[in-house]
Amino acid sequence: MNDSSTEADTEKLVSMNIDQDIPHEQTVEEIVASLGDTVGQTRVDNPKMSCTDVNVFYADKQAIFGVDLDIADNEVISMIGPSGCGKSTLLRCLNRMNDTIPICKVTGDLTLDGENIYGKNTDPVLLRARVGMVFQKPNPFPKSIYENVAYGPRLHGLSRNKADLDDIVVTSLKKAGIYNEVKDRLDQPGTGLSGGQQQRLCIARTIACSPEVILMDEPCSALDPIATAKIEELIDELRENYSIAIVTHSMQQAARVSQRTAYFHLGKLVEVGGTDDIFTNPKHELTENYITGRFG
Amino acid sequence: MNDQRNTTEIVQASIKRRYAKEKRFRLYGLIAIISSLAFLAMLITTITIRGLPAFTQNFIQLDITLDQKTLGLGDEPDISALRKANYNGTIKNSLLAEFPDVTKRKDKKLLYKLVSKGGQYDLQKKVMADPELIGESMTVWLPVGDDVHTYLKGDVDITLPEKKRRFKDIQVGWIDSLQENGQIAKRFNKTFFESGDSREPELAGIRGALFGSMLTLVVTLALSFPVAVAAALYLEEFAPKNRWTDLIEVNINNLAAVPSIVFGLLGLAVFINFFHLPRSAPLVGGLVLSLMTLPTIIISSRAALKSVPPSIRDAALGLGASNLQVVFHHVLPLAMPGILTGTIIGMAQALGETAPLLMIGMVAFIVDVPTAITDPATVLPVQIFQWADLPEKGFVEKTSAAIMVLLAFLIVMNALAVYLRKKFERKW
Repeated sequence: MNDSSTEADTEKLVSMNIDQDIPHEQTVEEIVASLGDTVGQTRVDNPKMSCTDVNVFYADKQAIFGVDLDIADNEVISMIGPSGCGKSTLLRCLNRMNDTIPICKVTGDLTLDGENIYGKNTDPVLLRARVGMVFQKPNPFPKSIYENVAYGPRLHGLSRNKADLDDIVVTSLKKAGIYNEVKDRLDQPGTGLSGGQQQRLCIARTIACSPEVILMDEPCSALDPIATAKIEELIDELRENYSIAIVTHSMQQAARVSQRTAYFHLGKLVEVGGTDDIFTNPKHELTENYITGRFG
Repeated sequence: MNDQRNTTEIVQASIKRRYAKEKRFRLYGLIAIISSLAFLAMLITTITIRGLPAFTQNFIQLDITLDQKTLGLGDEPDISALRKANYNGTIKNSLLAEFPDVTKRKDKKLLYKLVSKGGQYDLQKKVMADPELIGESMTVWLPVGDDVHTYLKGDVDITLPEKKRRFKDIQVGWIDSLQENGQIAKRFNKTFFESGDSREPELAGIRGALFGSMLTLVVTLALSFPVAVAAALYLEEFAPKNRWTDLIEVNINNLAAVPSIVFGLLGLAVFINFFHLPRSAPLVGGLVLSLMTLPTIIISSRAALKSVPPSIRDAALGLGASNLQVVFHHVLPLAMPGILTGTIIGMAQALGETAPLLMIGMVAFIVDVPTAITDPATVLPVQIFQWADLPEKGFVEKTSAAIMVLLAFLIVMNALAVYLRKKFERKW
């Protein structure tokens, strides 16, 4: 697989926030101002991660406008919205993947267990071990299946010996629901698996670091419906042990896997609430338009 | 309907032309490939035909008596006396014994030329290994002189008047009679691979230049590979993108296009005149060639690093790898095949380079085979250049043979690189 698309994705992240379809007279700032405050409950009782007044800038262009949002323990929160609404950008702020884009600047408070993740004392390496990420396109390393999963634990020294590491690999593969399919070929390249298997391998790889939060950036967009169903099932199981934030373009998927849903528009969090509420009884006009398919 | 048929007709009319165009284009390509193959074949055939005789050498069988008197040795000769002994005298005696009717001084001189000057060194080696031989008679095979070699190869036109050629009628007679007696034999030319340069074509060997080239390339590789890869890694993965890095990039690209002799001048001024490093040494040659190779390797390494899919970086970063770990665990191994390709191109360039080495004195006439990077040495392309310049006919074949050795060296080097590249190559 020649993978130039992720680079394109990063560019897309930048560009789509810069050149959006803006109605003629209004600037993005004016539209955002007209959207008003976020509708619904942004705070929860047991926040794992919490964003307060988060703004993200790509050079001079603002991509995210004053977002307040909590991610609770053991919940799946889905982020939906039209392309370029900043949901991926926000997701990438949560484990500081945006650090790799030099022109990206983040302001506001983002905390993990009450600790500021952009603080001086926070190490992005440690943060990413606690907040794992699954990407849009399956991206296993060009190494064996075993090595793919063992890489994280080895990196962080999570295993004391070989048996320990074997144990972590097998448990992670089992949790990702792929163990039975690959147990006979752990030494074969992870890139030889099918797309859906690769994505589950990537999830296993993320789990192997025993993170507390898992961020998923459109994890099923490159997969067929059967593989998607398997991943969704897996997300539901993982909820028991992890907090999960998932960005998706499929509203059905959001409805199926998440407990809460956040709707973004042009970098602004428009509405957030229980998934059932949002989909049956959206309060904001834009949310209603989006989920009923009138635009987006 | 009518319109549609029109479209079909129009397309059909153009389709023939399109196919003809494609056919023509393919033909051009085929012609290009065939003609380049023909040129290559021509080059290799010419060099091989010219160079092959250099890999064989003719020997004369002589009965030699190593008597103490002729050798000028006392009863208990020490090593230095053995080394200095008059072996040439014994060879001359043996030649005179072979052709007793040669009496004139002029003819004697011609007779002595049948055996190469290297013959006495062969005898010297034998005697020094086993001093018991002194006083004994033995039958030995000694290399022929270069004129004899040229004659035996058929390169002497004996229909020319005697005055116009170096190889005289009387010599032709001697050689023919020797041949009849089976006293002349053609053997593999070990000397060519075992000795350094010489003024005598039949004694000149490639070993000095070959070792000089190897040592120089080792120095070049040891310096340029790590420096270039580190520079490429820093520029591509860590350096901020600003005016300074842009300036550096432009300069690296420009350096790749600087004529190589300029690097030679720089080497002369800096390494030899300022740092007082030894002249003609592979160390300085390697330094100069590193300067020349660096931009090539840096540019190709950067391209290789750039082509590593960003998703791999994301994956590793997302698992909590530091920037350095991302680079060394994932990016560098994936870029390795490309980096090695660039390195081999640079090294091949360095191997064939002559001009900068002329400036730092690697063009000197050096007989000894270098054993260290500070020994005076020459390299293969310079050796070829020197031999091509010499008037003796024997050097023509040596030149072609040296080119063959150079090409063989290049092929071995490339094969090694291909093997390494295959080893590092991974699918994703």
